[in-house]
Amino acid sequence: MTPAGGAVPTRDGALPRSLLFAAAAVSALAVVAVFAFLLWFSLPVFRGDALASLLSWRWQPLRGQFGILPMLLGSFCLASSALLLAFPLALGVCCFAHGAGPVRAARPLLAAVRFMTSVPTVVYGLVSVFLLVPLIRDAFYGSGFSWLAAALTLSVLVLPTIVLLVDAQFRQVQAEIGPSAAALGFSPVQQLLRLTLPLSRRGLAAALALGFGRAVGDTLIPLMLAGNAARVPHSLLDPLRTLTSHIALVVATDSQDLAYASLFASGLILFVVTAFVHLLLRRWRGQAA
Amino acid sequence: MIMRNSVMSRCLTLVLSAGLYAFSPLAGAADLASFAGQNGKIDIAGGTAHIPVMNAAAKRIMQSNPSIRITVAAGGSGVGVQKVGEGLVDIGNTGRALTDAEVAKYGLKSFAFAIDGVAAVVNPKNPVAGLTAVQVQEIFAGKITNWKAVGGRDAAIHVFTRDEASGTREVFWEKLLKKGVIADSANVVASNGAMKSALAGDADAIGYVSIGHIDDTLKAPALDGVLPTQDNARSGTYPVVRKLYMNTKGEPQGLTAAFINYILGDEGKRMTAAAGYLPL
Repeated sequence: MTPAGGAVPTRDGALPRSLLFAAAAVSALAVVAVFAFLLWFSLPVFRGDALASLLSWRWQPLRGQFGILPMLLGSFCLASSALLLAFPLALGVCCFAHGAGPVRAARPLLAAVRFMTSVPTVVYGLVSVFLLVPLIRDAFYGSGFSWLAAALTLSVLVLPTIVLLVDAQFRQVQAEIGPSAAALGFSPVQQLLRLTLPLSRRGLAAALALGFGRAVGDTLIPLMLAGNAARVPHSLLDPLRTLTSHIALVVATDSQDLAYASLFASGLILFVVTAFVHLLLRRWRGQAA
Repeated sequence: MIMRNSVMSRCLTLVLSAGLYAFSPLAGAADLASFAGQNGKIDIAGGTAHIPVMNAAAKRIMQSNPSIRITVAAGGSGVGVQKVGEGLVDIGNTGRALTDAEVAKYGLKSFAFAIDGVAAVVNPKNPVAGLTAVQVQEIFAGKITNWKAVGGRDAAIHVFTRDEASGTREVFWEKLLKKGVIADSANVVASNGAMKSALAGDADAIGYVSIGHIDDTLKAPALDGVLPTQDNARSGTYPVVRKLYMNTKGEPQGLTAAFINYILGDEGKRMTAAAGYLPL
């Protein structure tokens, strides 16, 4: 990150510069503080018998079983399936808007996607509860509150995030190579497929990472739609519980027992997983560049 | 009352009751007059079943005395205990009795003001009119999985339950499921309201809500032949009941004491009954 953006250091620029530096420092410190806080509170959990209890596959707190592995798997299943749907779609939208489709359709399409980012999560959740869930229930079997319902809705939620990032990347690449490519006789579609896409690998990786972060971190959609049964789903129509909705459901319990401690472990795992994915993608981007 | 009371004994009664009023923080007049001339703020949080009563009381008190502010937040019984224990609110509501650990940790004091029943409920389209307690236990344990086994149509049963922080779940699990297993394949919803909307749309679902929440979007089958109604809960024929509590950290003082008194008094009892609960 370069908050000061390579501005020429003049006397006028000194104040904004230091303000930006302060803002960046505060944000960075907040992240470190969150991590330290989570670590501190989950430390008792990671000592002794509690850890073995948490890292198991059964969540039956009334019988003394506090396994959070089903939730970890649930988070991973849901986020990756939503991404599997949303990423190709988002890529398609961007390709359509940058050469594959008619020029006139590009602006309204991107405007619509930008509007989607401003729709609150709870609206998607609510609409799905009343429209999508009954549809799934009638079309297949089960109660409708399922992995499938949550994955479909979550993909709608992460789609605009990915589109905006990929779109920004495409714009940047096309601004650099557009004129030369046109001069060399590339058609818009050729330019898109032969030049823009291959040159956008970094941006695509970043969009994938952010999309995953958004999908794995969302609470309301799995809470409202995924059914929240704390066990490993056997099919797309089974309910599942994510780490985030687990935290939301259990946070109100008696703060003295291991169920509550499992929340800090869940939070820590979420934090570490997202950080790990980001690092992995950064590394991959570094090699690709 | 006997009309021949001597002036003397009337005076005595007055003095005695004045003494009581003065020495017990909870013996104030239990109507709106006790808030006259007071000002300040009461923060309330916790159990979701309490909210209709709390809101009705808060509205009347604030209308009669605009210099009193009362806020009512949800969160569930667990949140009620935590918030009042940490001193973040004045009254923390719970739909269950406090555990010994909670009382010991925070020094809380409980005031029960209502009785509420919890009933197994199904969609109104479900033809099943009655279940035995054992059938309900086996359905929730995942042993009975088709409505045909309990006299319904041939369809899989969709079981809905509440999160572990729910007071409604606790009473249902303790008194109806007899602390039996709830299958981990059951869907979990986070409030009485979410339970209602999940069941209202699903003809094959079963769940449970507090009796105060039952309306024509739900059907409550008879349990062992007894209809889960507030009347049956009051008389004791319907066994799955709980009390609703207000909790304070230590002995309540000032406005908080006046509020609790108001809820426990005649007007509070009327509002409790209007919300569908049985006043104590």
